[in-house]
Order: sequence, then C-alpha cells, then structure tokens
Amino acid sequence: MNQILAVENLSKTYQSGEKSLTVLSDINFEIEPGSSCAIIGPSGSGKTTLLGLCAGLDEAGTGSIILDGKQLEKLSEDQRAAVRNASVGFIFQSFNLLPTLTALENVMVPLELLGKKNVKPIAVDLLEKVGLGDRMHHYASQLSGGEQQRVSIARAFANQPKILFADEPTGNLDQETGETIEALIFNLNKELGTTLILVTHDTELAKRTDRILQLKGGKLIKDSASATSEKA
Amino acid sequence: MQNLNWLLKMAWRDSRRNRSRLILFMSSIVLGIAALVAINSFGDNLTQQINSEAKELLGADVELESRSPFPDSLYQFLQDENLQLSEERAFASMVYFPKNGGTRLINVRAVEANYPFYGAIETTPISSAKTYNKNQDALVDQSLMLQFNISPDDSVRIGTTIFSIAGEINKTPGQSAITTTVAPPVFIPFSKLEGTGLMQRGSRINYKLYIKFPDGIDDQKYFNEVLKPRLEKEEIRFDDVEERKEELGDAYSDLTGFLNLTAFIALLLGCIGVASSVQVYVKEKVKSVAILRCLGASSLQGMYIFLIQISIIGFIGSIIGAAIGSSIQYFLPQLFADFLPFEIELSFSLPSFFQGILIGLLASVLFALVPLLQIRKVSPLNVLRSLGWGKTSKASRFVYVLVVLFVFGFSYLQLDSLKEAAVFTVSLLGAALILMGVSRLIIWAVRRFFPNNAPFATRQGLANLYRPNNQTLILVVTIGLGTALITTLMLSQDLLLDKVKLSSSENQPNMVLFDIQSDQVEEVVEITERDSLPVISEVPIVTMKLHSLKGEFVDAIKEDTTAGVRNWVLRREYRVTYRDELIDSETILEGEWDGRVESATDSIFISLDQGLAEDMKVGLGDPLTFNVQGALIQCYVGSIREIDWQRVQTNFLVVFPEGVLEEAPKFHVLLTRYEKVEKSAQYQQKVVSKFPNISIIDLDLILKTVDEVLGKISFVIQFMAFFSIITGVIVLIGAVNISKFQRMQEAVLLRTIGASRKQIVRINFMEYFFLGSIASLTGIIIAILSAWGLAYFSFETVFVPNLWAVLITYIAITGLTVFIGLTNSRSVVNKPPLEILRKEV
Ligand SMILES: Nc1ncnc2c1ncn2[C@@H]1O[C@H](COP(=O)(O)OP(=O)(O)O)[C@@H](O)[C@H]1O
Ligand SMILES: [Mg+2]
Repeated sequence: MNQILAVENLSKTYQSGEKSLTVLSDINFEIEPGSSCAIIGPSGSGKTTLLGLCAGLDEAGTGSIILDGKQLEKLSEDQRAAVRNASVGFIFQSFNLLPTLTALENVMVPLELLGKKNVKPIAVDLLEKVGLGDRMHHYASQLSGGEQQRVSIARAFANQPKILFADEPTGNLDQETGETIEALIFNLNKELGTTLILVTHDTELAKRTDRILQLKGGKLIKDSASATSEKA
Repeated sequence: MQNLNWLLKMAWRDSRRNRSRLILFMSSIVLGIAALVAINSFGDNLTQQINSEAKELLGADVELESRSPFPDSLYQFLQDENLQLSEERAFASMVYFPKNGGTRLINVRAVEANYPFYGAIETTPISSAKTYNKNQDALVDQSLMLQFNISPDDSVRIGTTIFSIAGEINKTPGQSAITTTVAPPVFIPFSKLEGTGLMQRGSRINYKLYIKFPDGIDDQKYFNEVLKPRLEKEEIRFDDVEERKEELGDAYSDLTGFLNLTAFIALLLGCIGVASSVQVYVKEKVKSVAILRCLGASSLQGMYIFLIQISIIGFIGSIIGAAIGSSIQYFLPQLFADFLPFEIELSFSLPSFFQGILIGLLASVLFALVPLLQIRKVSPLNVLRSLGWGKTSKASRFVYVLVVLFVFGFSYLQLDSLKEAAVFTVSLLGAALILMGVSRLIIWAVRRFFPNNAPFATRQGLANLYRPNNQTLILVVTIGLGTALITTLMLSQDLLLDKVKLSSSENQPNMVLFDIQSDQVEEVVEITERDSLPVISEVPIVTMKLHSLKGEFVDAIKEDTTAGVRNWVLRREYRVTYRDELIDSETILEGEWDGRVESATDSIFISLDQGLAEDMKVGLGDPLTFNVQGALIQCYVGSIREIDWQRVQTNFLVVFPEGVLEEAPKFHVLLTRYEKVEKSAQYQQKVVSKFPNISIIDLDLILKTVDEVLGKISFVIQFMAFFSIITGVIVLIGAVNISKFQRMQEAVLLRTIGASRKQIVRINFMEYFFLGSIASLTGIIIAILSAWGLAYFSFETVFVPNLWAVLITYIAITGLTVFIGLTNSRSVVNKPPLEILRKEV
C-alpha cells in the first residue's frame, strides 16, 4: 500500500446529451515510487483522459485513484490542487507556459504557491540546468517551442515533485529537439528520484521506461509489468 | 500575508502584458466618476454657501408675508418686543420711461431705507443703494435698463409719480438672474408709495415685513419660543433663516440630484464597459488560470489575481476621476450662474472626493465580479483540452442581485424617492434583458435564415455573429444600453422643454390688460379699437371671500379637521366674473347653467369648477355664502363645469349669472391680440400713459422669457449628456476593441490562406455594421419606449419622438462602431501575419 499511484476499477464516461461515451473502462494498475512508466496507445484511446484523472485534474469517474496516499475522488478541487502543488509536476504537449510571465517567473510560481521564501536562486538554478540561463527574462512568445518546453520542464521539477506527468512532451517538437527534451526529462528524473508517468505514442521513447501500459478503446490491453511477471 | 503578497505579485506580473487593455477599463471609470464628483462637490459647496449666507439671502432674521395688511395687534406686539422692522409692499405694475415711451410690466417693490438688514442691494453706482431712499429716487433692474436703453440719469414713471433713476440693480437679496428676468424689480421708497396712486385701485399687493432680532439674543430660541407661536396664532406666513435654508437646499438638491443621476448614467455606462471588457479579458485568461490550477493554485487564488488587478485599476481610475471631477466643478458656476441667488465660491470638497473614489471602486469591483466569479469554475483540465467556462454559480447570481441593489441604492440616494428609484432600476434591468433577448434572437435568426447566396464578405460577416467566441451578446448589450441611456436623456430633455413651452397659436389672445376700473373700460376699449386691435373679450372681475359653506362658517370648518374641506378653498380670495352664457373652454358636467337672475328675491345659482367643487365637498343645490367686500351674498351650486385651462382664456373657478354683481366694486380684464411688436409697444404706451393703474401682460414676451430660461436649463442638461456621450464612446471603443482580440486569430488565418486585405476589411465592416445597427436600433427603441413612459406617466404629455435625433443617433452609433472596428482590424491587415501570431500567443 505504499505505492505512489494506485488505480482501481477506474471507468470514465462522458455524457453528451442522450448519448454516453465510455472513454475508460475498468482500469487497474499500481506504480512504484521512483519508477518510470509509459502509457501508449492510438489517438483517442483515452491516454490523456487517464493522465488527467490520475493527476487529479478531472472530476473522478467511478473506481478509485490513490495519489501519494490520498484518495482523489474524496477530495474537493481545491484539496486536489494542494496535492498537485505538493507532489505533482506536469509537462504538456503544448507547453502551457503562463504567457504573461517571464521564463523565470513561470518556474518560480509552483515554489511561491508552496509558500517558500527566496525561491529565485532555485528557479535560476533549474533554468541553468535546462540550458536557458541566458533566456530567463524572456516571455513565452519570445521563445521557440523547444525552449518553451525546457522552461516547462524546469517548472515541473521546481517543487521537487514525487511524481511527474508528461503528456506527449515531444509531440509538438522536431525529432532533434525532442530528443534533447527526452534526455532532459530522463536525466532530471534519475537525479531527483521522481516517479515518471509518460504518455506517448512513440514506442521507441516508451521503451526507455521501466514499464509500458497499453490502452486501446479505453481498455488496458497490455501491461509490460504483468507480462514480465507472467513470464517469470 | 504570504499569500496576499504572492497574489499582488502575480497581479502585477500579469498586468505587464495587458497594460493597454487595463487602461481602457480605467478610462471607462474615470469619466463617470469625474462627472459624479464634479456635481457632488458643487452641490456640497452650494449647500455650504446657502448655510453661511442664509441671512443675506433673506435680508432679515424673519420675513412675514401676507395678501392683506398685517393686523395692528401684530405691529403692537412686534414693537413691544423691541424688534427692528422694515416694511415692503410689492405688486405688479407697468413702468413707463418718458425718455422713449418704453413700457413694461414689472415688479414694484416699495421698501424702507433700512432694507435689507443683512446683505445688500447691489447697484451701479454702488452708492445709489444707500442714497435712493433718502433722495426719493428709484432703482431699476439692469435688464430693464438694457431693454429700454435707459441710463442712470433718466427717469421712470410708476403710477402717477415720476422718479429719477438713482442706479441700476445688479443683484437683490435672494433673487437669481432667472427670477429677475421673469419679473424685473424696480425699487421705490416706501414713503412714496401712496403718491403713485397704485394702492387703492385693485392691484394685488404683497405685504411684507422684515424683522431683525436685537443683538445678543439666541436667534433660534427666541424665534421658536416667542415669535413663531404668535405668528402661527395670527395665521401669518413667515420665512425664517432655517426655513429659507431648507427651501433653497431642497430646490438645489433637486437640481443637483437630477444632474447626479445623469452623472450616474455616465458611471453606469463605464461600469458596463468594465463588465464587458473584463468578461472578454477573463475568457482569455482561462488557459492561464487552468495552468495555475494545475500547478496547485486554489480556485480562489486564481480569481483573486484578477480581482486585485481590477480593483487596483478601478481604484486608480476613481482617484483620477475624482481629481478631474474636483477640477471640473470650477467650470460649473458659469453654467449655473443664472440660477443662483449668490456668487458661489468653490473649494475642494473632501467628502465628495472620497465618496467618488468609494463609489468608483465599489462599482468597478461589483461589475467586474460578475465575469470574475466564473474564474473559480475553470477546470484545470483546460490545460489538456479546451473546455472553456465552467457553469455560472450561485455566487454570480448573488452578485447580480448586488449590482441591482447598488443601482437601486444609488438612484434612491439621488432621487430621494423609493418609487422613482425602483422605476429607474427596473427600467434599466428591463433594457438589459430586452437587449440580451434581442441578441439571442438575432443569433438564432441569422443561423436559421442564413443567406447562403449572399456575397462572401456578407456571409462571413454574418456568420461571425453566431460563431463560437462571438461578441454579439456583449456588444449588443453594451452598445445598446449606452445608446438607450443617452437617447433617453436626449428625448426626455425635449419632453421637459416642450412641457413648459406654451403655444401661442394664431387668433389666441397674446396680450392681457387687467386692473381696468369700471369707469375706464369704455375708454380703453376705444383706444384698443382705434389702434385696430381686436377686443377678444372684456370681462368684469369681482373679488370676494367665502363666508360659509353648506350653512357652516368658514372659521368653524377650518377648526374642524374631520370636514375634509381643503384649506385653500376656505382662505383664498375668489376672483369671480358674471355673464349670461358659457364660453367655449367650458363644458357643463352636472346641473344647468342659468345665465340671468331676474329679480332680487330669486335664488342665485352659480357655477363651480369641477376641482373646486370636489375640494369644497359640495354638490348641486348646496348653499354657499360669499363676502363681497362687506356684503354677504347667499347662493347655491347650480352647475359644475369642466374647464380647459390650456386655452388662453379668461377662465374662472366661480361664475355668477348676470343681475347680481353689477353694482359691486370690480375691475375689468381685456384680452386682445397684436401682430407686430412696434404696434404693441405703441398701444401699451397709450394705455399706460393714460391709465397708469392698468397692467399689461404681454404673453409673447413671457413666452420669449420662458424660452430663454429653458435654453439655459437645456444647456445644463446638454452639458451633462455630453459627459454620458463621451463615456459611451469610450465604452464603445473598449467594447469593440476587446472584440478585436477575438477576431484577430481568425483574420490572420484568413490572411494566411490568402484572403485579400479588401476582403478582410469587408468582412469586418459587415460584422460591425450588423452589430452596430442591431444594438443602436434596439437601444433607440428602448429609449423611445422609456421616453414615452416618462411622457405618459411623469409629464402627462403626448410624446412625439424627434425623428431627426433618432436618425442621427443611429447613424452616429453605427458609424462609430464600424469606424472603431475597422481601425482595430487595420493592425491585422497591415502587418505580416506571423508578427501578429507571435504577439498574441
Ligand atoms: N469532455 C469530453 N466530452 C466528450 N468526450 C470526450 C471529452 N474529452 C475526451 N473525450 C473523448 O474521449 C476519448 C479519449 O480522448 P483522449 O483521452 O484525449 O485520447 P488520447 O489522449 O488517447 O488521444 C476521445 O474519443 C475523445 O473524443
Ligand atoms: Mg492525448
């Protein structure tokens, strides 16, 4: 029971008018702290939905999700926000930097939200780690996609999250830039001992993780961990 | 604390990239507050001045007024009390300037040398105010001197006496330029009054007594404990300093209250501007809020960041507005100069300044809260996919209620009437709902009946009305409400002015001669006919008082509070005529008109006006007794008439049949009509030089004077409307400006896929043209409805909208909308698409 993330009998249905669409049905898995895991599957298979639920971004469906010891469906939105702030980091396909803030400020925000003092040196340090020491005072619109994603990686690691969710972090980048980003994520991940949940449809990328969950039509059709355990 | 610090920091950081837009919110607030503070400070100063100058305005500690001479017992009492007294007799009479034969009806004021006890009659030369009484000269109003080209060494005839003119009057205690335009005063020494011969001959005289208290007593206490009880016992009308303060205060608070409401309208427009721009602003912040939520900010923190921004902007805007307002008030005295009985000294009004800031802050926060509250409902899931808004919450319904309460509360503060405030608030609410309804309808209709064969630009422009992220609702409500408010102001101003305007149509009399003595009638008629002016009517008038009603004495009825008889019918002096037939402004409602009493023993049946009969509580056949200068005449109600008072006729509340009053003391009134001014002047001159006691009212001159006064009032109103219009324009710029951000992306995409500059301009033109037209037309219709409502319920007149004003408003508002819209889209059209795409990320 000391898993960082435990998903049990999770289903999610969207109701639109009279039609109801089951996007996820009966998903079960657990993630060990410090491990890395990839969620793969074709477009529309429910990867993003699953990620959103696990990270506590969405209203829960049926079933239960325990993130860092907290049962998400029992929490209010604001309580989930507190959990996110304390234990979760995010990297998105579309970067999602705050457009009115500079790179440095973007990285400072999660720390400031935690109520930490003297956060600037930490943010500067992180930005230097992702190689943006000289672009700290630029706004998002003044940065290239790869640079924006590096800022968002620095931001994601700022509060030293126990678990990092990444939704197709290289999806919007060219291959070369994508590879640097991947390297950054994996390196920081190792260095800081963070758990990593990575959504991707790039099987090569997925292979670099400890474990692969494969979705199709909202169902978990393959779990490399159980596969190996079956073999063993 | 830590939290607040961070919120402030975030609000600051976020504002850096939005300065121009935040300034736009601010400007909406600034003008409204400026107008409000200007009017309020001015009102404040006015009240202070009235308070400090009340004695000078009255000229005495107490002023007594009566239609008949004061009883000797009163004089005795006042003398025993050791009070200083000053007498005045005031009445309307003709002046005649021998220099050039000019003549006009004026207000003669015969006063003693010690008038006024406080303040002064301001004259040129200054010394003449002090010397005219001793030298037995007259002081003549400056407008009168100007009109007849008279200079201070000329003379003036009043009644049968010729006075030298000692000087011209610039200002008298308590009178404003407006009151003296209507009835210009001429001062003569009290001792010379008898000699004018005007006292005996039927003139309506106002008896006044000015009282000054001895030094060193407690004025208020003395008045309340000694003087007031005595005056009340004698039933004498009085005006003391406190009362005068109140009267003046009330009069001007009515004025400033109305102006304040106009200023409030400017502020409301500003608020609507804030609400709609914040609405769009917040929409654009959905993604940012979602990211913040994702990083762990709470739902309230997300909202507070923007609430802080708006509050600070509202606060700064209010301060700037209050500062501007405090300086604008220095221009207001020129505007109001003619209405005030004193020269106003202005000073900075701290209470108004702070009140303005408070109201500005409150208004901007309140109106911004409506859209801001929705931020709380933004789901963090928006970072993963665009979901847009959450649902509207209970809290925002609560804010709507607060907004309505705020509007109601403020209008109540200004109008001092729950009913009027409620009507104002409900109308405003109704207008907003109508506009929302209309824009929904338009969105639906455009979609339903889409003209698929229309040209490309028209189709795109129309489609923009209903596409996702359309501005239809916000723009239609904002522009529409602005148009409605301003147009209502304009139309109701016309109403106000039309109401007072009398029509002097053809064939109606435009000159009235009154106070003609019986022995003068024949000769006056002769003069009139010799001048080939028509004698439209000549009627005798007998003055009388009511003695008893249905067998009960008037004095007894006065005591009896249960009688329900209105006081005015018991006290007044009745001016009664007698004739044998009805005139065409009269209709018999009840009973019969019998035009002649054959013998002295027959019962006398008189005819009463409908309203008078109601207030007297009498019906057909009830007996009344009149006291005709000593002689009691018993009569009965024979008929009840309806009178059309709008017609220029000699109308009477009480009409006697012929055969009763022929021998009573009486005077006559003659109605005639002139066409040319010179002719009227010659005629008046002839009559007045022969019969100085006759007064002549020139209705055309009065109409002209009224027009002049109305012109000044309407200028004040227009000045205020101007504020509203400027605010409206700023709101319009704001509203259209924010929609630019919505259309930018689309326009850039169109450009990118090859749309020409012309095509984009055309699309934009069509969209803003449709929006502007819908909004302004709906607004105008609402304005016409509310002006009609005002006309029907408040002014009780018929309302005919000024079509030109309506057309001009439509063209101006639509034109402005299109113009601002197109100006905005120029930045899209004239720059390379990439630059804009990057900037607007
Ligand atoms: N708010 C929503 N309402 C209705 N259907 C949705 C909603 N969000 C996602 N879906 C549907 O859920 C399915 C899974 O979407 P998503 O999780 O984004 O897939 P993936 O990330 O694997 O491409 C899709 O078919 C999508 O249309
Ligand atoms: Mg996805």
